[in-house]
Amino acid sequence: MSFKKFCIALMCVSLIPGAFSCKKQAGETIKIGAIFSVTGPASFLGAPEAKTAEMMVEEINDKGGIDGKMLKLIVKDSAGDPAKAISFAKQLIEEDKVFAIIGPSTSGETMKIKAICEEGKTILVSCAAAEVIVNPVAKYVFKSPQKDSDAVQSIYNVMKKKGIKSIGIVSSNDGYGTAGKDQLEKLAKKNGIQILISEVYDKKATDLTGVLTKLKAKNVQAVINWSIVPAQSIIAKNMKQLNMDVPLFQSHGFGNIKYVKEAGEAAEGIIFPCGRLLIAEDLPENHPQKAVLMKYKKNYESEYGEDASTFGGHAYDSLMILVEGIKRGGADKEKARGAIENMKGFAGTGGIFNFSPADHNGLDINAFEMLTVKGGKFVKYEDK
Amino acid sequence: MSFEQLLQYLLSGVTNGSIYAIVAIGFNIIYNTTGIINFAQGEFLMLGGMTAISLSPYVPLPLAILIAVIITAMVGAVVDFLIIRRLKKPTVLNMVIVTIGLSIIIREIALHLWDEKVRSLPYFTGNEVTSINILGAYISPQVLWVLGVSAVIVIFLGVFFKFTLTGRSMRACASNITAARLCGINTRNMVTISFMLSAAIGALAGCVISPITQTQYDCGTSLAIKGFAVAILGGLGNSTGAIIGGITIGLLEAFSISVLPLAYKDAIAISILLIILFLRPSGLLGKKEAVELKEF
Repeated sequence: MSFKKFCIALMCVSLIPGAFSCKKQAGETIKIGAIFSVTGPASFLGAPEAKTAEMMVEEINDKGGIDGKMLKLIVKDSAGDPAKAISFAKQLIEEDKVFAIIGPSTSGETMKIKAICEEGKTILVSCAAAEVIVNPVAKYVFKSPQKDSDAVQSIYNVMKKKGIKSIGIVSSNDGYGTAGKDQLEKLAKKNGIQILISEVYDKKATDLTGVLTKLKAKNVQAVINWSIVPAQSIIAKNMKQLNMDVPLFQSHGFGNIKYVKEAGEAAEGIIFPCGRLLIAEDLPENHPQKAVLMKYKKNYESEYGEDASTFGGHAYDSLMILVEGIKRGGADKEKARGAIENMKGFAGTGGIFNFSPADHNGLDINAFEMLTVKGGKFVKYEDK
Repeated sequence: MSFEQLLQYLLSGVTNGSIYAIVAIGFNIIYNTTGIINFAQGEFLMLGGMTAISLSPYVPLPLAILIAVIITAMVGAVVDFLIIRRLKKPTVLNMVIVTIGLSIIIREIALHLWDEKVRSLPYFTGNEVTSINILGAYISPQVLWVLGVSAVIVIFLGVFFKFTLTGRSMRACASNITAARLCGINTRNMVTISFMLSAAIGALAGCVISPITQTQYDCGTSLAIKGFAVAILGGLGNSTGAIIGGITIGLLEAFSISVLPLAYKDAIAISILLIILFLRPSGLLGKKEAVELKEF
């Protein structure tokens, strides 16, 4: 045997254990893709979501994974750009061959990759809110945040009690804003509420006094703002600066204490529907969500030193629903999908999930609690 | 439309317009010395705002702003020393592309230095809910700060460029760099000074508008686009023109909102900008002869 051949033979031999160990590892890890807008205009959603997912995967792996199988999380930052979400989804499905995808953070992005996941037979548990994600139902697509229509109904219920009949709506020009605006307009008539004016602003808007002047001129009895962008704080400030003293309602996108801090004193009295995470401490001990919420909140806050938000909670729910599906159905895409679809009574941060083949969201209007801002903090809204 | 509403739209237009104007002024300074558009101008605003916000819990607000302005001016100087000076062929096109690259780099660095979160400086006077009643219309005191600071900057620049030796040397560089060099002006230093000055003014602008617009690592880009449009409308290089252009665009937007849906705001403003530029290519206050001499 020449020296050259010997070398080649040596290399081959040395590769064998590598090949074996690779194969062995592949059998023991489950790859989960995550598409979050960690940066960009929707970073308020994506950043806590990515942090939550990383924290939870670490926790699960520390406890020995799912039935001995380790999870591997592959996080992609889409910066809120649907085009990037599309290419990441393709990459995750075709190249990384992930078991499932959690995210994206925004509704616009989710709608763009819905068909891709469906074709790729890959489970998608979205962290975005718009109802169109699961209506019509796609076999492989689920979502964890509460429904827009339930949020709208919760707001209208409060309005009816307060005797508010004519309102003005402003929403952002992204997927979330558009979906919310549609629901607000659809449900208004049924609730006896008249929309005097409905305006759309740019998601990067920095001043909204112009459009608010228009609302003020129409003598609206209340303003509803539907967006997830920083304009949520700007609108509150601008209303006070224009001396508009009608109540401001926001969507469940307001569930981040940072928006309250940005709006400062102007945030006082904003009413919005939200999951129970923000008032976890005030829940009675026997509430089924209490334990989950308190644990998540404590872990997140001690790990990252910042306040937990409902958005991070959506990532918790998406991941844990998936994990529960794998636990029940095994590491098989079809079986896990079936297990998620039939999951009942799963307590997450967003509510108690009851999935069915016709309902890939699993939450109802009871998942919402009406909150308001008092003294710079979120508190439960009480009817006066 | 009642008088109060008319006034309210007017004030809303002035609020936005003054923000555009103060951004546009920054473009003009570098243009006046080098004949190029610095597309990283928006990032100077963001840097100024972010630095002041980071400092504001520890030092009084005026001091935080002052330090932020100085630090950003230093960044401007470093940018010139490290990159602009070292260009082998400093043609207009090369420099423009370099500034676009710079804007991306600064944005990414800011994302890593701070994070993706939105912040803002406290209101200089009053707080989020303070509003001043002017004949039945309402305005935040911060808007008056923006207007006041813009006015001070315009006056300062006017005096600086007309009456000081450095200012005049800087203008000479823009008209004809070879002739300026023959007259014994150190053109390289003038470019450095112009970068420092525009970074400093950008930083100051970034601080004053921060309570209104809020500051985020990527807020510079959208501000810069509007500011750039305004600078062109007012006549590149002309600071008074920038103010007039800014207020014009702001008012156009505000009154377009009053009759049309908000979504058309930018389309209306930009269409009118285009019409004005077809009729007056040099901008509102720009001199036709001067424009013909420029490369850009």
